[in-house]
Amino acid sequence: MRELTIPITAEQILELHAGDAVAISGIATTGRDAAHKYLVDRLIEGPKPLPTEDQRIFDELKKIYRGGAIYHSGPILRNDAGRWSIVSSGPTTSIRDEIYEDKVIAAFGLRVVIGKGGMGPRTLAACKAHKAVYVHGMGGAGVTNARAMVEVLDVFKKEEFGLPEAFWKIRLDHFPGIVTMDAHGRSLHEELGKTFDERLAELLRG
Amino acid sequence: MQYDSKNRLNQPAFGEALFDLVRRTSCELPADVEAALRRAHDEEAPDSTARMILATFLENMALAREKQVPLCQDTGMPLFFIHHPPGLSPRVMRTVCEEAVVRATREQYLRHNAVDSVTGLNSGNNVGKGFPGVFFEEWDDEAIEVALMLKGGGSENVGRQYSLPDDALDAGRDLEGVRRVVLDAVRRAEGKGCPPGILGICLGSDRGSGYLHSKHQLLRPLGDVNSDPALAALEERILTEANTLGIGPLGLGGKTTLLGVKIGALHRVPASYFVTVTYMCWENRRRAIRIESDGAYRFIG
Repeated sequence: MRELTIPITAEQILELHAGDAVAISGIATTGRDAAHKYLVDRLIEGPKPLPTEDQRIFDELKKIYRGGAIYHSGPILRNDAGRWSIVSSGPTTSIRDEIYEDKVIAAFGLRVVIGKGGMGPRTLAACKAHKAVYVHGMGGAGVTNARAMVEVLDVFKKEEFGLPEAFWKIRLDHFPGIVTMDAHGRSLHEELGKTFDERLAELLRG
Repeated sequence: MQYDSKNRLNQPAFGEALFDLVRRTSCELPADVEAALRRAHDEEAPDSTARMILATFLENMALAREKQVPLCQDTGMPLFFIHHPPGLSPRVMRTVCEEAVVRATREQYLRHNAVDSVTGLNSGNNVGKGFPGVFFEEWDDEAIEVALMLKGGGSENVGRQYSLPDDALDAGRDLEGVRRVVLDAVRRAEGKGCPPGILGICLGSDRGSGYLHSKHQLLRPLGDVNSDPALAALEERILTEANTLGIGPLGLGGKTTLLGVKIGALHRVPASYFVTVTYMCWENRRRAIRIESDGAYRFIG
């Protein structure tokens, strides 16, 4: 088990290889479909200057993401007298963000993308070019994951996107996962996929 | 009384039972699924990634039960399957189902999961057009039985429907053809449906009814044996073969890719032969209650 504390350096990323188990600590945000569309269409590629509120969010996210992490998850939260906490929050399927993630990694200097199911060649290339990794979280294990999301610090775009899709700024403490796409160009998903194909071909021949 | 001489439903009692059903389905896995996950854990090699992942699943299961919080943040689309005595109003029962999910959402047993497909707006209470899904069947029993499935989106997305014959897979209109396309579905789902999964499969019927019937198959206990010997043999064979694909827990490699395969067959028109596969994630959140005519209820699954 390798410990990663945000902000994470390029050197630390290069020490990681597909298959390594990691525990991530530090400040990150959740962000899934609506969040990725907003990051790219509005903040990164939208007409400048940005409206004041978008600029404020852009500036906040730049601080969080430089050397940091985004977590593909749409949590269930509790609000006790104005204080939010995470109830259940496992990873969601990452491939839906494949058309955005390379741009997000490049624009913000993200080091870690956490999700499930793996991502495609565009994200893999961005991981290599910008020294980042894809970490596969524990799909379905919402409560175990919530336990490692120890504090909710802020939220962006809650009203517009709804609770599951908003950016929740959170503090992670030993958040568990497995590196499945590294900064050396290796994707465990790609490699395993070939072995699944071979075995399937055998079963269909038989 | 659950319902009086005019067969009017005692709504508060029915509502309380349904709320309990939603809460428990979201927080506690059924015993057969839990046992299957434990077996899968014990079969993986010590120190393997697969075993580590399964250990996390078991820990998550225990934590969710202890804290009474949702096992997974994606509490899915609630699907109610209701068997009821003659005379009860499906409209009223649907309303009570909706009230139960609204309350369960307010108490954080369900995530805000109903999104308007045109505007993209989340209803915030898990009620919308056709949401939750409620399906009725009348029977002669005096009791009402309600099965609830919380069907997560990640696994629902990897379901597939094949129209036999399928040239690419060399699959003809027979059970061998079915075997071929189902194994293809498992390969394509790889880690995306949160394996080890459970397959609900329908042979025949039209496209829409096929998907619904495939969900009915997922309500069967993992340990049951298909009453049709040919389908029982096919279930067993697909389960065994799929588990040699090496996909494993979360698709990161391992011995357990599927926990179960359940196949049902409906009649079809001569021109069509659909094989409809619904994929259920490892967290097979399905439970059932039986509500007697006096309003007393107990969990039966």
